[in-house]
Amino acid sequence: MTSAPDIESRISACPACIAAPAAQDIARRGMASPDLMLSLPQVHCAACITDVETALLGVEGVRDARVNLTLKRVAVRAEGVTPDILVGVLGAIGVEAHELDPDQLQGTEADRQGRDYLMRIGVAGFAMMNIMLLSVAVWSGAGEATRDMFHWISAAIAFPTVIFAGQPFFASAYRALRGRRLGMDVPISLAILLASGMSLYETIHSGRHAYYDAAVMLIFFLLVGRYLDYRSRAAARSAAEELAALEVPRAFVWRDGAEVELPVADLRVGDHLHLRAGGRLAADGMIIEGRSEMDRSLLTGESLPVSVGPGAVLASGEVNLTGPLTVRLTAVGRDSSLHRMAQLVAAAESARTKYTTLAERATRAYTPLVHLLALSAFGGWLWASRDLRLALNIAASVLIITCPCALGLAVPAVVTAASGRLFRQGLLVKDGSALERLAEIDTVVFDKTGTLTTGLPEPADLEGLGEAAGGVALALAAGSSHPLSQALARALAARGTMPAALDDLREVSGCGVEARYRGRIVRLGRADWVGAEGEGTWLCLGEGRVHRVRYRDRLREGAAEAVVALQDLGLSVRLLSGDTVPAVAALAERLGIADWQAAARPEDKARILADLASGGHSALMVGDGLNDTIALAQAHVSISPASALDAARTASDIVLLGRSLAPVAQAVVTARNARARIKQNFVISIGYNLVAVPLALCGLATPLAAALAMSASSITVSLNSLRMK
Amino acid sequence: MSILGFLIPISLVLGGVGLLAFFWALKSRQFDDPKGDAERILSNAWDDHPKR
Repeated sequence: MTSAPDIESRISACPACIAAPAAQDIARRGMASPDLMLSLPQVHCAACITDVETALLGVEGVRDARVNLTLKRVAVRAEGVTPDILVGVLGAIGVEAHELDPDQLQGTEADRQGRDYLMRIGVAGFAMMNIMLLSVAVWSGAGEATRDMFHWISAAIAFPTVIFAGQPFFASAYRALRGRRLGMDVPISLAILLASGMSLYETIHSGRHAYYDAAVMLIFFLLVGRYLDYRSRAAARSAAEELAALEVPRAFVWRDGAEVELPVADLRVGDHLHLRAGGRLAADGMIIEGRSEMDRSLLTGESLPVSVGPGAVLASGEVNLTGPLTVRLTAVGRDSSLHRMAQLVAAAESARTKYTTLAERATRAYTPLVHLLALSAFGGWLWASRDLRLALNIAASVLIITCPCALGLAVPAVVTAASGRLFRQGLLVKDGSALERLAEIDTVVFDKTGTLTTGLPEPADLEGLGEAAGGVALALAAGSSHPLSQALARALAARGTMPAALDDLREVSGCGVEARYRGRIVRLGRADWVGAEGEGTWLCLGEGRVHRVRYRDRLREGAAEAVVALQDLGLSVRLLSGDTVPAVAALAERLGIADWQAAARPEDKARILADLASGGHSALMVGDGLNDTIALAQAHVSISPASALDAARTASDIVLLGRSLAPVAQAVVTARNARARIKQNFVISIGYNLVAVPLALCGLATPLAAALAMSASSITVSLNSLRMK
Repeated sequence: MSILGFLIPISLVLGGVGLLAFFWALKSRQFDDPKGDAERILSNAWDDHPKR
């Protein structure tokens, strides 16, 4: 990762910017597996798989390599091979690869749970089909002895199935009861147990009605719902883990007269840390040697680099842009400003009122009603007929018919379909309830630097530069790796300027670039070094002629479209930035945002979002920096780009995977569609209940009717959810 | 009706074989990468004598 080609990927994949998580992971680091994991974001076809595997197997020491196209990863079993070599090999055949930290990926644990669900679904499906086969025979009028035999066979299939496949519901119902709550799983478990028990009783007394098929089918459909729910969360989690694993935290430190590479967690106060150009500082410290410029955009929102020299105090998370620095560390790990920020975020997250999803609200209203209905059916029939068996039978069928299939199946099915759709558009939903919250927003708050803009400035007014001066500027700028110089060089080259011929080009750390042009010294850099007064970057053409190069932020792709689309959706869009007033005002005017605020500190941002919430507004916060993290955690729902700091991505509900901001507006539309679809599903299932429950209460619901009503409502609801795509 | 005595066990056994096959597929991690498996059969690189 150290050889990343441009500044943007250096920011997103730096070696040492997540001090806080690193400290927690130190324990797990001890048992690192020998496997290497590489992320392959671009593989998509059979040819890619073959190319990657052939190339990796050709490397000496690699024993096995297998591409997982679903996860876009390759797992390599190898000895004595470093990830850098493999990334290089893949780069040579034109496949982009990134090292993943295998310790951060807890793939096996998650797999086991998914396989567990699938196995239970398989068993329930097998039992359901066989029992159905027998039930159909009974319904079509099997005689006394045959019916009893079929019931006994059904019982033999159903009981092991209920015990094995019903475990997730029983366990969760037990937990709910122990916590003195009535979750959705309590009526489900009660219905399953009551149906199985009643059916066994009926079978022993050679009765006509048995509910084995209903009990097993209930388990099957609800397990499918659980599995879908699990799948969508697991996919989001694995992608989020991958984003975190992309940043392998290491730092270069002087120890005993030699420079060693250490995990960030092993840093100590007083260490002399060597910070290379392009590196991110992992702890707080003071410069003791070197001059450079620091990019603080992720911390403060300032879009322009700040020049620093010996004695300057640096905070963790800043990126060193030009010259190498030696930094004496003053605070590491838990004491660093990065970690303090993480604690503030945790506090904000716990303070955020716990959101109750539509499904939870519906369950809360629905569950007592179901129990009450079944109980009153039991009591009523017992009083009317003095027949315990009949009363229990009717209570069981009421429980089975009212069982909340729409809640168990419909919400996860819609959320899975909507998350899948958003994933294809480049948005990763980390939390299912985020979609519902996104559908409720009325305000969108954008951060500026790194969110609406790329954080890479571009020259604003090059018209003032003549052809000759432009040529000198281009030649000077091309000789430096400073991001401002590179932006200037790109802009001039795009204008068609030809570079002037310069001699003795050299870069002065922390100052700028100088060279000799037609016998004169020409310089590009800081004002005081060039011989001018004022802020910003200046071009000196010798003999006192100076020219100021102004910069403005470059808009992120899709930013203008996203703002317009969000305003068209009837949302009020606000801009909230830590940058200076002129920069923010210019951007707000360019994008047509009337409501903006500049020079906002992290606490200001959090306060503004809290004010919005207490004013009855639901706000979507879009931001990327450390200065946004508290606000992200506090907002009703939050989105951060993949280039954001790990802390910001952790605090937000949705991660934007691509570079473009345009999907944000589409996400709001998709979320609103999803919410409408969930409500439709509730209506469908309530409609079924309105027909079926009175029948069951009157004792008219045969097992056939119960089975039909239940599976018809489950299937309608699933099909309705599929319309999401 | 004595034919039921054969047909029901046969259908159960056949269904059970299917279930066991599903278990085996699950255990041998054949559902880990559905997208990759769909693409792999299009690959031109095959092995006439696989190791396993």
